[in-house]
Amino acid sequence: MNLYVCIKQVPDTETKIKVNGDASGIDTAGVKWIMSSYDEFAVEEALRLKEKNAGSTVTVVSAGPDRVVDALRTALAMGADNAIHVELPENADSNMAAKAITGALKKESGIDLIFFGKEALDDGAAQVPQLVATFMGIPAVTVVCGIEYSGTTLKCKREIEGGSFEIVEVKAPAVISAHKGFNEPRYATLPNIMKAKKKEVKALKLADVGVSSSDQKIKLKNFQLPPPKQAGKKIDGDAAAQAKALVTALHNEAKVI
Amino acid sequence: MAKVLVFVEQRDGKLKKASFELLGASAAAGNETHAVIIGENVSGLANECAQNGANKVHVIQDAALKNYTGEAYSRALTAAIKSISPEIVLASHTPMGKELLPIVAAHVDGALATDCTSLQFEGGKLQLKRPIYSGKAIADVEFCGTSLQMATIRQNAIGLPKADASKTADATTITVDLSGLKTKILEVVKGNSARPDVTEAPIVVSGGRSLKAAENFKILEDLADSMGAAVGASRAAVDAGYRPHRDQVGQTGKVVSPSLYIACGISGAIQHLAGMRTSKVIVAINTDPQAPIFQIADYAIVGDLFQVVPALTNEVKHLKE
Ligand SMILES: Cc1cc2nc3c(=O)[nH]c(=O)nc-3n(C[C@H](O)[C@H](O)[C@H](O)COP(=O)(O)OP(=O)(O)OC[C@H]3O[C@@H](n4cnc5c(N)ncnc54)[C@H](O)[C@@H]3O)c2cc1C
Repeated sequence: MNLYVCIKQVPDTETKIKVNGDASGIDTAGVKWIMSSYDEFAVEEALRLKEKNAGSTVTVVSAGPDRVVDALRTALAMGADNAIHVELPENADSNMAAKAITGALKKESGIDLIFFGKEALDDGAAQVPQLVATFMGIPAVTVVCGIEYSGTTLKCKREIEGGSFEIVEVKAPAVISAHKGFNEPRYATLPNIMKAKKKEVKALKLADVGVSSSDQKIKLKNFQLPPPKQAGKKIDGDAAAQAKALVTALHNEAKVI
Repeated sequence: MAKVLVFVEQRDGKLKKASFELLGASAAAGNETHAVIIGENVSGLANECAQNGANKVHVIQDAALKNYTGEAYSRALTAAIKSISPEIVLASHTPMGKELLPIVAAHVDGALATDCTSLQFEGGKLQLKRPIYSGKAIADVEFCGTSLQMATIRQNAIGLPKADASKTADATTITVDLSGLKTKILEVVKGNSARPDVTEAPIVVSGGRSLKAAENFKILEDLADSMGAAVGASRAAVDAGYRPHRDQVGQTGKVVSPSLYIACGISGAIQHLAGMRTSKVIVAINTDPQAPIFQIADYAIVGDLFQVVPALTNEVKHLKE
């Protein structure tokens, strides 16, 4: 099987976010970059399918500035065979990212499945998997936490609201976006990390994938930190008195119950 | 004034309240507000759309639309957009809306902003704000070109309109070609919870590691049931096996925006705050007066949840009598 996994590099979740000078984004100085968590489930699932299907290859793709090559190397160290880096400006939107990834994928042949994380931890947009699938003319099933593969048919378990699941049958080629619970992603071993450093990463420029700045459809601006919250009301007394005072306040003052 | 199309979501013949938030906001801004309902036998739901603000309701019904799939519903919504030619398309950021809108955006070459928490209309243009970096920052959305403006809006971010029960719908039907679909739903496995989903509920009662055992969540469930609330959990509680992952609130769980969030024995780690900081009113109950959760709490109770929570349940029951 020809398996592809598209990954994004994002700031570590502990990062303290600072807005940059012209409020057009964040100050990236000192940020520690990691592979977005949901993408780890995507990489792991592709590796497991490869292990079950002899002769398969896993290719990881990431669009972004040069730093994202580190995330690709992490995936190579986990066991991916090939890596493709597509150049993309720092603040590109989902549409431009999806166009760039689609351009890279269209240079490949015989794709069976394309995995993504269900959303990226930085912008949480949850757009790129569906956009890429539609640009490629194939179906997308998102928020998937289990698959069964037989022949060219996939049975996907997709989480929806209320603890319910949809069991979706789809024919390959298809896009699958991975949710937590899919699997337990493996750690890269030190020897594999060393080997991954020497592997070739194919580099594509924006022009190679036919993307230009006109593919940017939305821009985020005027970044602000959330307004600081006013100090809350402290409610004293024993448990019974606290409960009474709180319920009264929620009912009469906040009017939420 | 703009021509606005709202994707009104139904499952099992029941409309989602979150869709009414969008109809209401669009109507209140004086827009020409169109609703589209997609499903099997859904024309009976049209009046409810009118009562919540739709000037016109478009129904797309077909046996192949009984269950949602991104492939079939995107064809239907794309057909609706082509026939109605709106300037703005809105949907809620639900499991259905968040999968569907990007597919449709790709079909119609639209410009889409997802998970927005503020929605306004100005001179035919959408004014949106969206959280980024898990709510550690917030930004304005600028539409760069002249593509169709599209957005998904976080549930509970706007509030419900007042329904006018006297209204009936001006309804039409739209037909769509659904041949050759490559995806199908084999089964919908229903969750066994009688409680609302954390992302939909107007009130969420959440517990952390300090609950110490799955059984102890009973006291939170009692409080939740007294208020029609959902039960949420921190990652520490989920990792310890006290609650299923679907209840986890935070950066790697659900993002919720209820009108009331009650955090019981939750320290307030940054990854937890990412999932609940846009809640309108936050209550924190914690034995540690230094717990970071108190920094964002509107009401702070320093105390033992095992005493305070049952007392709260009593008081709420008392209030509702
Ligand atoms: C990549 C990443 C992603 C993460 N994603 C999430 C996420 O999505 N959601 C999430 O919640 N966390 C997430 N975390 C974990 C997060 O960092 C915290 O570890 C977690 O939120 C802590 O859970 P807690 O508040 O229940 O436990 P603790 O931090 O252990 O806090 C327990 C609290 O209970 C109080 N307490 C103890 N006994 C009582 C009592 N009897 N009555 C009242 N209060 C009491 C204590 O004072 C303390 O404040 C993530 C971490 C990482 C690294």
